[in-house]
Order: sequence, then C-alpha cells, then structure tokens
Amino acid sequence: MLTPEMSVDMRTYLAHVELANPITTAAGCAASGDELSQFIDLARLGAVVTRSITMAPRAGRPTPRMAETPSGMLNAVGLQGPGVDVFLESELPRLVERGARAVVSIAGGSVAEYTALARRLADAPGVAAIEVNLSCPNVEDLGRVFARDPAASAEVVASVRATMRYDVPVVAKLAPDVADIVAVARACVDGGADALAMINTPLGMSIDVDTMRPSLAAGTGGLSGPAIRPLAVRCLWQVHAALPGVPIVGMGGVLTGRDALELILAGACVVSVGTALFHDPYACLRILRELEELLKERGFERLADAVGLAHRPPGAGPRQRIDLEESSL
Amino acid sequence: MRETAVTPVQVTGTVLTTRRVDAYHALTVVAPGIAERFRPGHVVSVAVGGPHTSMPTRRVFSVHDVKPDYGGTVELVFAVRGRGTSWLAERKARDSLDLVGPLGRPYPVPRDPCACVLVGGEYGSASLFALADTLQQRGCRVDFVLGAASADRVFGALRARRMGETTTLTTEDGSLGLRGRVTDALPAVIADARADVVYACGPMAMLRGVTAVAVEFDIPVQVSVEESMACGYGVCMTCVLPVIGDDGVTRMVRSCVEGPVFRGERVRFEDIGTIPFDALGAPGGRAQEGGAHTRNVS
Repeated sequence: MLTPEMSVDMRTYLAHVELANPITTAAGCAASGDELSQFIDLARLGAVVTRSITMAPRAGRPTPRMAETPSGMLNAVGLQGPGVDVFLESELPRLVERGARAVVSIAGGSVAEYTALARRLADAPGVAAIEVNLSCPNVEDLGRVFARDPAASAEVVASVRATMRYDVPVVAKLAPDVADIVAVARACVDGGADALAMINTPLGMSIDVDTMRPSLAAGTGGLSGPAIRPLAVRCLWQVHAALPGVPIVGMGGVLTGRDALELILAGACVVSVGTALFHDPYACLRILRELEELLKERGFERLADAVGLAHRPPGAGPRQRIDLEESSL
Repeated sequence: MRETAVTPVQVTGTVLTTRRVDAYHALTVVAPGIAERFRPGHVVSVAVGGPHTSMPTRRVFSVHDVKPDYGGTVELVFAVRGRGTSWLAERKARDSLDLVGPLGRPYPVPRDPCACVLVGGEYGSASLFALADTLQQRGCRVDFVLGAASADRVFGALRARRMGETTTLTTEDGSLGLRGRVTDALPAVIADARADVVYACGPMAMLRGVTAVAVEFDIPVQVSVEESMACGYGVCMTCVLPVIGDDGVTRMVRSCVEGPVFRGERVRFEDIGTIPFDALGAPGGRAQEGGAHTRNVS
C-alpha cells in the first residue's frame, strides 16, 4: 500500500527510450520551445515534440488560420516552420541546451522527402525519437494524404526506419478520419514503426454566418481540443486492443490529469498536450501533477500499471504487474 | 530604440472595477506581476469562460492603464464581439481572471525629445495613453488624432484633450469632431506639429492609411496591429502577417511575439490574408526549390 509521501513511478518508455514522465507537448503546439520555456522548465517534461520539420522553410497558410468551435478549435497553419537547416542549427541545439528530450516531428510531400529529412536528422545529437507526421498530402498520389492509405504510410515509415539510427525510435502519427485506423496502425508497425502516435486533428470546417464564408482562409482545418477527446479514446482503444504490444502516444483534447488518465487507461503510455498549451502555458506540468495525484489516489505505484487498464475483462480487478507483459512495457 | 524582452507571467487576477465607456467595456484587474513589467504597447492575454470553459482559445487585449494600487492593476478595454468578450463584459468586481502578460513588442520610444502624433481608431486609442505618458515624461510633444465610425465609438477623447498639445477627433458620420477618417485629418496635424514620428493603433485598414500618410511625410511610423490569435505567447502560430525584415526578406511573423508593434512601412498591409509569393517559404517560392515537392497544404 502507498503511504501519502510515496510518489508514483511516472517513468515510461517510448519504445526503448525511457522518459522521466509521460507528458509531452504535441507536435506543432509549442513553436520552437523558446516560447514555453519562458514559463516552464522544458527539462521537466517527458519530452518536447517539435513542430513538424520540413526540408525547406514554409510560410504556411494564409490567415485567418484559426476558428474557435465548441470546446475546440480549427486550425490551418500549414506547417509554418524554418526548415530543417535552421532547425538543426538553432532550434534543436536550444532544446538540448535546456535539457529537453526532443522528439522531432517530420513532414514531407513524398517518401523521398521524408527519407531525406531522416537522413539529415540521423546524425543530429539530441534526437530522442522521430515522429512521422503522416497527415501530409502525397504529391505522387494526387495529394492524397499518406495517413489515409495504409500502404503509403507503411512505405514512409519503412523508409524512415531504414534511414534512422537503430537506437532512435520511429513513431508513426496517425489521423483519426480514416476508414480503418487499425489497418493503418498495423501497416505502420509492419513497416517498422517502433511506436504509434494518435490522434492527429480530424478535418473540420466552420462557416461564419455574418460574412457567409468559411471561417478559415484554407476552408477546412484540423479540429482539436476537448471536442475530439472521445474520438481519441476510441482510436486508442481500437489500436491498443489490436496491437497491445505497441507503445502508443495518445493525444486529443487533454486539458487535465483526468483526461490524460483516460487516454492512459485506453492504452497510451505517453500523453501529448496540444490545444491546452494555447489556453495555459503551464498545462503540461499541471496535467503531470494532476495525473500523479490521481494515480496515487487510486493506489498505483507505477504509471505503467495503468496503461491500457480499461481493457481488462469485466469483473476483473486492476491488473497485476505480471499481466502487463503484453502492454507497452 | 531596441527594446529588451520582458518575461511574461501568468497571474490569477482579481477584478477590481468594471465600467462601460460608451460602446466599450473597461475592466480593471489586480495583476501585480504584469503591472510591474508593463511598458506601453504591451498586450495581455485572457482566458475566458471560467474553469470549465468551452472556449479553449485566449483573447488578447491592449492595456489602457497601469496603476500601482493594490500592488499593481491593469485596465483592459474591449468591444463585445463574440461569446468570449461578452463573457468578459459580464465579469463583476472580485471575480478571478486568468491573465498572461505582458506580451509582445512594446512601442519603441525615442531617446531624445521630439514631436509625436498618436493616432487611434475605435478602442485602439486605449493603448496610446500610457505611451503618451511615457513620451511626455521624456519631454516629447504629443498630439492626438482619434477617430471612429460614430461618437460613441471614439475612445478616450476627454483624456486626449487633457494630455495632448492638440487633439483632433474624426467620425465617419460627423457626430463628433470632423466628418471623415483619421487619415483625412492626419496630414494637417503632422504638418502643424512638425511631427517627427507617428504612432498608431486601430483597425488594419486605418493602420494602412496612417502608414501611407507617414511615408508621404517621410517620418517613421509605429503601428500596433490587432490580429485574431489563440494564445498570445507565440505557440499557436495563427496571428501571422507578412512583414519585411531588416534583411529585406518578407516573413510571416506572429503579431503576438514579433509584434504587436511594427514599423508601419515594414508591414505589407495589402498582402494581409495572403502568403505573398516572395515571402520566405511561400509555396512555389525560391526558398522551396531545395525542398522537393512540398506543397502548401497540410
């Protein structure tokens, strides 16, 4: 039994990489890292997931890029970023200097571009893992998004996996608005993904009834925030049930420790915080503290014991450690 | 004129007073950490909707006044435009508000005394009074030009009359001051005051017009822009506009971090709402030649 002074072992593993705790920023929600480090010590996060890095600098989409929706927001930023050269020269070294574990998200328009990015990052010091943002249009397939096509996703993952150093895990980031997310997840794992991340933002749209035009310049945008949390839980549930041995980075509308615990119970061993960072610059550390409290209240000694726990058969008590061999650890 | 960055803080402030000012609302909040770091031109970002809000994005406002009372207060002025601002307008004394600030690049102030014209459109004039105070302390001459569509939308006319060497008011319907826009009155004010610099805060179209006038007179102009944003501290990447850098390259920069105050002639007003073809990283632009086939879609 836990005494109140005892703390919960919050360590978790992203494939074989140990993280001090399961809370990370979500890709594209922490800019370069400098902005949040005005408020929090980035070294206290499990990891910082960078914005999706592209080969060339990108100006992104025109404004308006954002529209608030009930318990959520739509965004069409269009991967604005400095390009891989500036990222390697200044952004990544600053993250490393601050003691942050950097999970580098990459985005490309073709398998070759993803591979080229992986090659550039392969020898960069301080890359804890690579997250492959598969929600990008494949220019070789009429702009169809990789994440909607299991074979295309697998091809990208396999190529990045083959290029990256063996000790840097490759995480495939999946989109929820696909016909069968388990099929895409399975294809990515077969392609060599060491872990999966879900969910990217589903596409949404809103129309301004005053101007009678779409609210976003791009028309459609990615929906994020608490509005999509049930969608995230469903995706995590299905994928964890189908692939119980694959570590999953869960995200989708996590605002509190309770939300993070919900995703963990569904099967996530790492939880990313996105939209909440726009609302509260301290969100990650607050959520971490709340999560630890909740685990302690429920008598957990280790975070790992809670991962996927909602999958236990009805009537069964909390799983014992021995039952967790097939889970993310 | 280079300003050093100020570290923002998050403060749970207590509402001290609320008041209606013509068409606008003003909210004074006890927020010591923000008040002590504040410089004219800084903005504050406010969470709206309370603890279990369905509005995840923050609202960003310029600061009208900073006072030392109760350890430091800030006064925000805003117009009700949607659910978030109407929630804010319903706040009462002693309510709590989650504030982050001070944020952004403040107005740069000249080292030596000079003549300054301060131009405000609608509630944009709110941010000019703290600036006027600082300028006058430095021995600058301050002239105001304030305007709006109608009399009830001109903010701070009385205070401008008290502070300014001259104050010119304009309304589009002629209900107060001159009939017309601030840009109609501005050339005469600049000429009469022999102005060395123009500061402006207000709607984007007004800032564009003011910049054009200042460029005609060949004097520097500092504009404070208002763009819709989700956070106010640089992470959401939604408040960008095309601005020409010192190196002559146009970049899509964030109005909350690199702004909200920009040199007017550097802002490509006519291209706001687009990605100019020559901007760094624009689709199909030179910067992407090395980048395989990346298209500007996500």
